[in-house]
Amino acid sequence: MKLKQLESLLGNLQQFDNPKIELEQYPTGAHIASRMLYTAENSYGDVSNKVVADFGCGCGTLGLAATLLDAEHVIGIDVDDESLEIASINADDLEVEMGLIQCEIKNLNWRGQIVDTVVMNPPFGTRKKGVDMEFLSVALKVASEAVYSLHKTTTREHIKRAALRDYNASSAEVICELRYDLPKLYKFHKKKDVDIAVDLWRFVPKSKQESSS
Amino acid sequence: MLSSNIKGVINGFPLRIEVEKVVEKQVDFNPDFLKNMFSKIDWKALADASKIMGYAELPEEVPDASVLDSDEFLQKFHHALLELHLEEGALVCPETGRRFPVNKGIPNMLLHEDEV
Repeated sequence: MKLKQLESLLGNLQQFDNPKIELEQYPTGAHIASRMLYTAENSYGDVSNKVVADFGCGCGTLGLAATLLDAEHVIGIDVDDESLEIASINADDLEVEMGLIQCEIKNLNWRGQIVDTVVMNPPFGTRKKGVDMEFLSVALKVASEAVYSLHKTTTREHIKRAALRDYNASSAEVICELRYDLPKLYKFHKKKDVDIAVDLWRFVPKSKQESSS
Repeated sequence: MLSSNIKGVINGFPLRIEVEKVVEKQVDFNPDFLKNMFSKIDWKALADASKIMGYAELPEEVPDASVLDSDEFLQKFHHALLELHLEEGALVCPETGRRFPVNKGIPNMLLHEDEV
């Protein structure tokens, strides 16, 4: 599938009706989502024929992008049932399959190494401090091949240090810097639209052969 | 949706399945993927889960890897792993008996405050 086609399919997806600020629910734009998954597939081969998990999937944009790029199986995980319902409708509209689980990422207790790749647009941790690192830590435990994630550019050094030192990553690399267009969703947003700089990361977990049974 | 292994492996293993409704969805057959998954999953958990969901065609004990050359076997494995979906029911923790409801195919694994 061409990048343009992917972006246009994702652009038609339904997004949050009533975004919940405590969960930092912001839609992942079709522009960013399509580039993220397209790069994961075409530069690294981390999507097609793989098992992909979308952490904090919200309305499912990243996970659905993975299904469109021929992931063998995709699982979206989110704490919010309203989001999961929209994700399910979006999957039906695209006529693809995506497994959905309602769970808090920090309580995810997965057995074995089933998931190859984790993709996520985690909360940035502006409302609940440290939640972004929680996502990253679990993602690096669950994935056997790679983790793709978006983080604020201002936190770059911190992310790199934590991933390599604390979360068992063997490599942590910023693939590109993107502008994240945050539409005015919440009342406390004073400006109309805000552009913030985010990094697209690719993390590789250390091999876990000794720990899998 | 890997109802029996991926979903079934959260919090205590394997989760017991209570079936109210199972749906079957057609998924493209990919032998290479299945061969790869064979070494990763807990066979007995898959076989038991499939049986509870009404599909008893899988051997109960872990088959020898030579079965992966058989197209007939792979088709059955494919069906059990990818095409059987628990649409309504529950996943039950084998240790505590805690029920995690499954509605519209989505298991609710949220924990209460005192369970974290």
